[in-house]
Amino acid sequence: MTYIKPKFRHPSLPKNDLGYTKTVYEGSLSTLCAGCGHDSISAAIVQSCYELALEPHRIAKLSGIGCSSKTPAYFLSQSHGFNSVHGRMPSVATGASLANKDLIYFGVSGDGDTASIGMGQFVHVVRRNLNMVYVVMNNGCYGLTKGQDSATADEGSKSKAGSVNLFNAIDLPSLALELGASFVAQSFSGDKAQLIPLIKAAIKHPGFALINVISPCVTFNNNPGSTKAYDYVREHLDATSTVDFIPLQEEISVAYEAGSTKNIELHDGSSLQLNKLATNWNPEDRMSAMTAMQQAKLDGEILTGLIFIEPETTDLHAMIKTSDTPLNTMDESQLCPGSQALEALNEEFR
Amino acid sequence: MEPTQTNDPEYYHKVVDCQYACPAHTPVPEYIRLIAAGKYTEAYMVNWESNVFPGILGRTCDRPCEPACRRGRIEEEPVAICRLKRVAADNKSDVTDLMPIIPSVKNGKRIALIGGGPASLTVARDLAPLGYSIDLYDNQNKAGGMMRSQIPSFRLPDSVLDEEVGYVLNMGIETHFNTYVNSLKEITDKKYDAVFIGTGAPKGKDLSDLPGRKDASANVHIGIEWLASVAFEHTNKIGKKVIVLGGGNTAMDCCRTSRRLGGDQVKVVVRSPFSEMRASEWEKEDALHEDIPIIDCHVPQSFVVTNGKLVGMNFDKVHAVYDDNGKRKLVSTNEAPVFIEADDVLIAIGQENTFPWIEKDLGLAFDEYGMPVVDKNTFQSTNEKIFFGGDAALGPKNVITAVAQGHQAAISIDLFCNQQSLTERPSPYVNLVSQKMGIHEWSYDSDVVTDNRYIVPQVNKEIALKDRKVEVELGFDGLHGYKEAKRCLNCDVQTVFTENKCIECDACVDICPTACISFTFNEDDENTLRNKLQVPALNLSQDLLISAPLPTQRVMVKDEDVCLHCGLCAERCPTSAWDMQKFFYTTSKAGNQCQ
Repeated sequence: MTYIKPKFRHPSLPKNDLGYTKTVYEGSLSTLCAGCGHDSISAAIVQSCYELALEPHRIAKLSGIGCSSKTPAYFLSQSHGFNSVHGRMPSVATGASLANKDLIYFGVSGDGDTASIGMGQFVHVVRRNLNMVYVVMNNGCYGLTKGQDSATADEGSKSKAGSVNLFNAIDLPSLALELGASFVAQSFSGDKAQLIPLIKAAIKHPGFALINVISPCVTFNNNPGSTKAYDYVREHLDATSTVDFIPLQEEISVAYEAGSTKNIELHDGSSLQLNKLATNWNPEDRMSAMTAMQQAKLDGEILTGLIFIEPETTDLHAMIKTSDTPLNTMDESQLCPGSQALEALNEEFR
Repeated sequence: MEPTQTNDPEYYHKVVDCQYACPAHTPVPEYIRLIAAGKYTEAYMVNWESNVFPGILGRTCDRPCEPACRRGRIEEEPVAICRLKRVAADNKSDVTDLMPIIPSVKNGKRIALIGGGPASLTVARDLAPLGYSIDLYDNQNKAGGMMRSQIPSFRLPDSVLDEEVGYVLNMGIETHFNTYVNSLKEITDKKYDAVFIGTGAPKGKDLSDLPGRKDASANVHIGIEWLASVAFEHTNKIGKKVIVLGGGNTAMDCCRTSRRLGGDQVKVVVRSPFSEMRASEWEKEDALHEDIPIIDCHVPQSFVVTNGKLVGMNFDKVHAVYDDNGKRKLVSTNEAPVFIEADDVLIAIGQENTFPWIEKDLGLAFDEYGMPVVDKNTFQSTNEKIFFGGDAALGPKNVITAVAQGHQAAISIDLFCNQQSLTERPSPYVNLVSQKMGIHEWSYDSDVVTDNRYIVPQVNKEIALKDRKVEVELGFDGLHGYKEAKRCLNCDVQTVFTENKCIECDACVDICPTACISFTFNEDDENTLRNKLQVPALNLSQDLLISAPLPTQRVMVKDEDVCLHCGLCAERCPTSAWDMQKFFYTTSKAGNQCQ
């Protein structure tokens, strides 16, 4: 057994603005199946955090249970982590965010963890617009228990054993749009060129950001007839646009045909440059985003890329007007001002 | 760019940097793995097949493999390949039974070898098992050539030399020792089917024009002649103050030998700057370790003789100036001459070929520098029956080059004696086999250790300097040999990519510790492609492995430069599009061709 990742790295690895190489953002060696789409997503997260030059200790990664939820062990080993109860990652993320609003909350979940056991939690975290990235590693099956159809498996999709799924799939991006999500994107684990700028934009987005990533399960759901297999997804990809993430104060260098380009300025001054491929679609119009999703479904296509964004959004902290100072940095006298303060407060309501 | 043609054996051969750099193309990783497994005899025989003198080379080789070693591009120092070879030689069991069987019925062809050095002995080794009758002529009383006369015993004990020379001579070689061949015609008149000349570069350069050279001649010696006379025990002492002129390995051998024969103030004086001396780094280190100062940038001006006796030398101090083409010029600093005291001076400033014994009417052409005109591939001279090899063929090089040339000359002689074309060289023997044993299991140790290079222990300096026959290096013991062997990256276990199995899942890209693998759109221009990889591939001496177009129209491009051969790409590949396959490559020897 020699499954050990060597310590040596390329001697001329580039460094980011913090002077870190990508190595700083790596995690342990994955124990998922060889070729799992989830590993590609982990690598895209590493690359995104490296490119954004985030300080690893400013990030908290959270997950539930499942193949997907194991992945936080495989990236950002120098960040905070919380591997929670099955489907309960949103509650933990909400609690953590309330205690310390200064961290970047990076939630990782799967189709079972989100669309089945965690559905109740998911819909509430969307409607509360908690400032977090929520990545769903969506493979349409329960990989840890040998590949049964999950709630996101498409109707008519064939399993490895040959049985056909009879039920309608839960479409997480459409659901999120319906619930008022402020950032919705869909991507494919085999397309890092698209996935990385989306993750970067999601991190920069000041509210809830959902990225539903189709991530083939090579062991149980990569067979002919499956709608979440590498080949099927590649054949049915229909991108809304190409995406370039343009960091703050950097010039836009990619030139596209006039009229097809849309530039979306993000909250912190960085921007997303989209080269639109889909017609009749406006990423800042919820209705057109929902229409585009429904149309793609009718056409049997998988719409990827940025689906919807509301760059200026009101997140949970703004809505409930929390203190500007994170609670975890306050001392006891601030957090518990005493009975006199309570009396005064109660007096206001008399 | 076009997909890489991996069915050309030279592609994978080049990935095995050490083997590719070795003139004899010894399968280095193969024998290093055997050493790690404690199979010293097998490791020795892999070497012996390829380079004939593993014990000798394991102590004295110029090691072109080590600067080439991939490990040197990943961390500070390469694997101690040369000294591992010695571990195999030191720890092997009796190999006599493993030597080729010499046919008792000869093939009727007679070959003469002139000179008993590494080139001639290699020719003998390759031809004797094929049934050739071989006569070897040498002017000394033992074979070995410069390995015996110029390499001091404290670097190469006689016992090691005698053993390995013996393996060849015991193949029924007819030796004619103490026989100085002073006429090639006398040899050719004996109606040999072919004659091989491996007489080396026996003439040491002198400084005949330097003032005082004649008057000082009693105490001025030519380095290689002096070393030979020490080796054959004609000389056993030298003055207390010794100057050694020259900056090559012979100079290092001269100064260190002087320290052992009574020289207690030995200095090396060299024209060039220290960093540009021809001697190997490790030989310079060994000289410095024996308290021998190396004085650089001093050009000899004159020998100073008082009352008919040498008292020292004057030197002109210089500094190096480089023109736009990087060509060096030594310019005098115009300071007063530097006087250095000396009882004896050894001149080790290079050596030359000389062929006064070859008659001009034998059909042998010589070039303007007095070197025989020799084909660089076949080593045949302009007289079709006469072949050259070693320093005698293309000028002074080293033992391993002489061995490589000896192998080629032997192939040529065999082809020539069978009336076959000499230009159609036999192909190398190659093999490519998967090393997969199961999940996470390979038949080689794929983990990459982080150990730094181990230092070879040496004998106590006081003891070493007392006796020129005490070997300075003790060699690695079994444990350190194992640890050093584990540093080898197994570059011969190749990353083999099969396009039509690839599903482009990126698993290999994500896992590769050294970011060697990229999936990208192809480019016509190599430089553009090299620059758009995950980490730009700027080491142009290392090739790119480029696949045919994949379903997404991208190609897989792997930069071979710093691949650790850890096998993780193959381990993470769900479809076995990547596989680790052991590439075995050996150059052909005489007798391997189709007949």
